[in-house]
Amino acid sequence: MTLLEVRDLNVTYRSGNDRVHAVRGVELTLEAGQTLGMAGESGSGKSTVALSLLRLLPNTATITGQIRFHDEDLQQANWSRIRAVRWAGASVVFQGAMSALNPVQTIGEQIREPILLHEKVSEREARTRTAELLDSVGVPAGRHASYPHELSGGQRQRVMIAMALACRPDLIIADEPTTALDVIVQGQILELLSDMVRERQIGMIMISHDLSVLAATCERLAVMYAGRIVEIGPSRELIDGPQHPYTKALSGAFPKIGDPASRLAPAGLPGDPPDLREELPGCPFEPRCAEAMPECTSADIALWPAGERRESACLKVLASKSGETS
Amino acid sequence: MTDPVLEVRDLAVTFPARRRQRAARAVDGVNLTVGAGEIVALIGESGCGKSTLARTLVGLIKPTSGEVRYSGKALHYTNAAMKEYRRHVQLVLQDPAAALNPRQNVFDAVAEGPRLHGIRNGLNDRVYSAMTRAGLRPPEHFVARYPHELSGGQQQRVVIAGALALDPSVLVADEPVSSLDASVRGEILKLILDLRNELSLSALVVSHDLGLAWNIADRVAVMYLGRIVEVGTVEEVLLRPRHPYTQALIAVLPDSGSKSTLLAGEPPDPTAIPSGCRFHPRCALRASAGERATVCTTQSVEVLPAAADRSLVACHLADISTPAT
Repeated sequence: MTLLEVRDLNVTYRSGNDRVHAVRGVELTLEAGQTLGMAGESGSGKSTVALSLLRLLPNTATITGQIRFHDEDLQQANWSRIRAVRWAGASVVFQGAMSALNPVQTIGEQIREPILLHEKVSEREARTRTAELLDSVGVPAGRHASYPHELSGGQRQRVMIAMALACRPDLIIADEPTTALDVIVQGQILELLSDMVRERQIGMIMISHDLSVLAATCERLAVMYAGRIVEIGPSRELIDGPQHPYTKALSGAFPKIGDPASRLAPAGLPGDPPDLREELPGCPFEPRCAEAMPECTSADIALWPAGERRESACLKVLASKSGETS
Repeated sequence: MTDPVLEVRDLAVTFPARRRQRAARAVDGVNLTVGAGEIVALIGESGCGKSTLARTLVGLIKPTSGEVRYSGKALHYTNAAMKEYRRHVQLVLQDPAAALNPRQNVFDAVAEGPRLHGIRNGLNDRVYSAMTRAGLRPPEHFVARYPHELSGGQQQRVVIAGALALDPSVLVADEPVSSLDASVRGEILKLILDLRNELSLSALVVSHDLGLAWNIADRVAVMYLGRIVEVGTVEEVLLRPRHPYTQALIAVLPDSGSKSTLLAGEPPDPTAIPSGCRFHPRCALRASAGERATVCTTQSVEVLPAAADRSLVACHLADISTPAT
């Protein structure tokens, strides 16, 4: 059964007299137990998409489109329904656990809180479950009486994951879960998240600007640029054989050690992303694209099929694929 | 190999004990050289002392013992000597938004260094040329703008232009790209590499990112708990790592494909350095070395000397860990 289906999602932020069109017609589906990574630079709309699912955006944001979770349209749902879905149906692992955790509550209290709010269980049972949860994420259960500042960065992020799992959700949204962490701790946290998701058959959407992190944890990958998905497909194939020029640039930005092509040759992408206050006719990536053609400035761009389970929003891909079939 | 431009000898920095805490030996015996026109990457986890070492190199921290040497002369910590020194060795910090004064426009930010050094003649030319070299082209387009009007990549270019305005010979960059987007990261690294190629500027780049070392560095030094544990050319250290810690750092990269050597435990604590080899509590090699590993817990590893021309590893069991080639 389809766990999550997003149709024609648009998000606009009011900013003074300006309207910033941050998400522009995003479509997504996620089956139960699947993992999807969302990549893109700051301002590409990846976090906005993820947070709009649970209506976690500030009230300057206007959301239109359909968000179907377990066949229920969350976009139409009332606030008490949204509150019920948060934690129990879908939960979020935020970046920067230090600011996401309450500094004056013990971690045990913070993990128990959603359990007691959402389920009819006794305080005692909630305590038992908290201990199990801490244990399962690799924090000694005896630390339940610790405050966040007494834990290391990696342990705090583990507590965040334990909280997200507390009410046994079907979907986890992980927003840059490892950005503030060290490489070694990052490896530990990614492995933990992958194990949890696999064991419990939870769907996961993970957001990051680091393609290699997403490739290591997610089956599918969506690359966003200027509020749109520009390429989507199985992670490994997308990184090894990117078809959209923007995906190519992103995957080149993280060198593979041992690859002679990137030795003493860092790859960047000149230019800046477009101003999202403007309407953007044609391909939004055209001004920075090394392979741009004259028609890119005006043609309507959509996600076109680009091989098995893959889609890409590039005119060149459209041309080559239609050439193959004819 | 010519004489090193920048050198540290037996450097130690200890932060004094605070209430309920012992003294932290952040840098605990380091020898390192940076040659003319050479880019050296200093790699390590947070808390390993790499930023302390960088700050000591630019004179922001006075070492507890040992010395920093610039073109063959030991650094003196008098005001006049420091002022002179900073014309030659400039620091680039991690977060450009925090490094720039929000109420100072780009011109004033870049001109701050030359003004402090009393350079009045040709200030305009100096600032414009530094901005051009840092990739802010044309400079006229940027001079009157304020940090909030610039993208993250442009802000970091302003910081670098400010460092270049004094025509330094060495840049010390502490995580220069970790707060930047993936697409901008490559652009800034390319700039550091171009500056070396065109102006033969030396650089010490501090980072936790091994990919950065692969992208721009000639040599790499891996730091763990206040000491350098492995140093050598990028190819030697990253493709044929000999220290179990370096091996773990490389194995943990998401696309390395191996999960076997994932390092357990938390980043180490410089207030409680283990006896013997300081890496032994987390070392996978020691666990598999049997009898021979007793030396790891009983005998400390000697401090690596500075050697610009060969690779060195600080491990009792390096002969086991070295892959046969």
